[in-house]
Amino acid sequence: MAYVVPKESCSGKVLSVDFGKGEKAVTIGGENALPFLSFEGEIPNRPVIAYEIQDTRPDDWPDTVKNMYKDVSGDTVAWAKHCQDNLKATAVALRLISTHPDRENRSAQDAAKTIKDVLAAINIPLIILGSNNIEKDSTVLVAAAEAASGHNCIIGKAQEGNYKTIVAAALAHNHKLIAMSELDINLAKQLNILITQMGFEKEKLITDPMCSALGYGLEYTYSVMERIRLAGLLQNDATMQPPILGDVGMYVWKIKEVSAPDSEVPDWGALEERGITWEAVTATAMMIAGTNLLIMRHPKAIETVEKTIAELI
Amino acid sequence: MALTGVQIFKFLPKTNCKKCGFPTCLAFAMALAQNKVELSKCPDVSEEAKKTLGEASAPPIRMFELGTGAKAVKMGGETVLFRHDKKFFNPCALAINIKDSLSDDEIAKKATEVANSEIERVGQKLRVDAISLEYASGNSAQYEKAARLIAEKAPDAAIILNCKDAAAAEAAVKAVAARKPLLYGATPENAEAMANIAKTHAVPLCACAQGLEALSALTEKLQGLGVSDLVLDSGAKAAKEIIEHNTQIRRSALRKNFKPLGFPIINFVLRDDPVYEATAASVAIAKYSSIVVLSSIEKWKNLALFTVRQNLYTDPQVPMQVEQKIYKISEPSANSPLMITTNFSLTYFIVSGEVENSKVPSLLAVMDCEGLSVLTAWAAGKFTAAKISQFIKESGIEGQISHKELIIPGQVAILSGALEDKLEGWKITVGPREANAIPTFLKSKAS
Repeated sequence: MAYVVPKESCSGKVLSVDFGKGEKAVTIGGENALPFLSFEGEIPNRPVIAYEIQDTRPDDWPDTVKNMYKDVSGDTVAWAKHCQDNLKATAVALRLISTHPDRENRSAQDAAKTIKDVLAAINIPLIILGSNNIEKDSTVLVAAAEAASGHNCIIGKAQEGNYKTIVAAALAHNHKLIAMSELDINLAKQLNILITQMGFEKEKLITDPMCSALGYGLEYTYSVMERIRLAGLLQNDATMQPPILGDVGMYVWKIKEVSAPDSEVPDWGALEERGITWEAVTATAMMIAGTNLLIMRHPKAIETVEKTIAELI
Repeated sequence: MALTGVQIFKFLPKTNCKKCGFPTCLAFAMALAQNKVELSKCPDVSEEAKKTLGEASAPPIRMFELGTGAKAVKMGGETVLFRHDKKFFNPCALAINIKDSLSDDEIAKKATEVANSEIERVGQKLRVDAISLEYASGNSAQYEKAARLIAEKAPDAAIILNCKDAAAAEAAVKAVAARKPLLYGATPENAEAMANIAKTHAVPLCACAQGLEALSALTEKLQGLGVSDLVLDSGAKAAKEIIEHNTQIRRSALRKNFKPLGFPIINFVLRDDPVYEATAASVAIAKYSSIVVLSSIEKWKNLALFTVRQNLYTDPQVPMQVEQKIYKISEPSANSPLMITTNFSLTYFIVSGEVENSKVPSLLAVMDCEGLSVLTAWAAGKFTAAKISQFIKESGIEGQISHKELIIPGQVAILSGALEDKLEGWKITVGPREANAIPTFLKSKAS
């Protein structure tokens, strides 16, 4: 019996989205094959990892990852430059967490200033993230989009409860946009449709179907991402073709497995390696499911996933 | 090649007796064609039909066990390419590779690590399942001795004899034959000799070839030599080869019913950097490997790999559930707040995570609602005032805390009146609708 390579013919294609400007600009997506199966199609761009930074000291991050940035994390600009210059980051994702009403509740104007300062200091692409407070984000991200005008950033996350103002701001200032829904392929599709109905081009969208950490619902995210990819590629569903975001770090670095000391859980082994591996394995699983853009925290986890990407391409 | 329903129908008794559970022979034939049922369900099928349909009705990926005893690992038998289509059935075995050239002490130490690797996670006992013993010494007697040593030190582990030298392999197979070791393995060069050993000692055999064309030819040859329990190694080492080869193998077996590749897969993902080895192993675990061989089994790496395996092999149609009980978060005292939610694992993980984030020591009562989320459980009549009050009363929590206040999810605020009636003397407080508002809620309560 002769062996014949079983190929899927993909009628659809993941949209390619670029962000940043100049020679450091980055493009994600563009493939017409299932993740990493280049025997059946073109995969022009590799997944990209952005280093997550914040606009305030990451006091709530576990020591394993917090200590990696202890000399720079008190100053957002220094932190961004550290990622660019010392860690050779491809991109940076700045989370405006201090604007959350339960945190420092800083104003949209404060956030806009931070964005301007960071953009003046780096030349790699920037992802601008709100604090994930529906009401507050709709003012903070509007101010941030304006402050970043002309820099071709990715801003987000636009959600069902606040997408209108955020979409309008991304449109006005020519940014790319993350559309986030909660672990449901139909909600993801519906939000993409609502956003494009406002005149926002689907070629500028990135889908975030909500990430989850290994051991904490990873399988749901994994299957939703796989189904989005299959719909976009095999069924040529145009609303399911934006690149996918995996916002890995924030989900991983808050669970017990990355913060419980060895002394409390001797069966779990060394805390530092445990945390790093948890983030790296979560990110790898997301990529296998279809993620094009990852947001991560620990330099060693990022380095390992970069090595894995190089092996997968 | 696979037969169609109509082709299969011709071989059936056509009595429509319904004993197979289907209304007609044609319906049964259609189900057979889709591998949804086994031919043996038909009590009246002729011997001739059995023989003809045997191959077509066999599962597209052969299923058998690695190792023996209660901790043997089922391999193969998978029916889908994507877990959301049905589920992945048989979680892959994790194995450590040990070289026979190490000292006896080192070999014993590593084998003991395997024996002690078991941990419990979300109600399942998870472990490193197997040892691959690599023939690195070039000394047959040493190899045999090492095989006996690992068998003794890891009495429940499955054994993979990683040895392409037929003479050395046979001696080791004999030494641990009772453990039904997987012989790894047969190459195009040694196929006859290895097939002979596998047949003589009734052990499974791994076919090792470079690329899928050569591998298909080899498995056909081995089957022709009378070995039917085969494992596949396509020579894939890099993550890209693993994902591409394994996908092609699974697709060939399921979509094309291509028998030469209808077997479980083994992947060696050995890397010097153990974190890097963990990501490479996750690629193999996610993409169809049945045995993943590692070079080291640090506890932290095991925990991550056990968890990724457990997550991906979860049945997507059955919600993951956590045990019904009152969970203590951040060492609560008798004054700590008491909250209630349902036992859908995602609900539990999100709620308990947010309670932990609040840093307010709390009690979280998790009630068995058959794994449904709060609103769904309420709508289905499983999270009602009567059931909640019964659970709280039977839990005995009343005697353990100094207050009588129960915080219910904001989604079911409607239950508060009925609950106050049923739980006499209790104050019912309506908590936040969404879990991410829990830290603020608990902090403001505590202050």
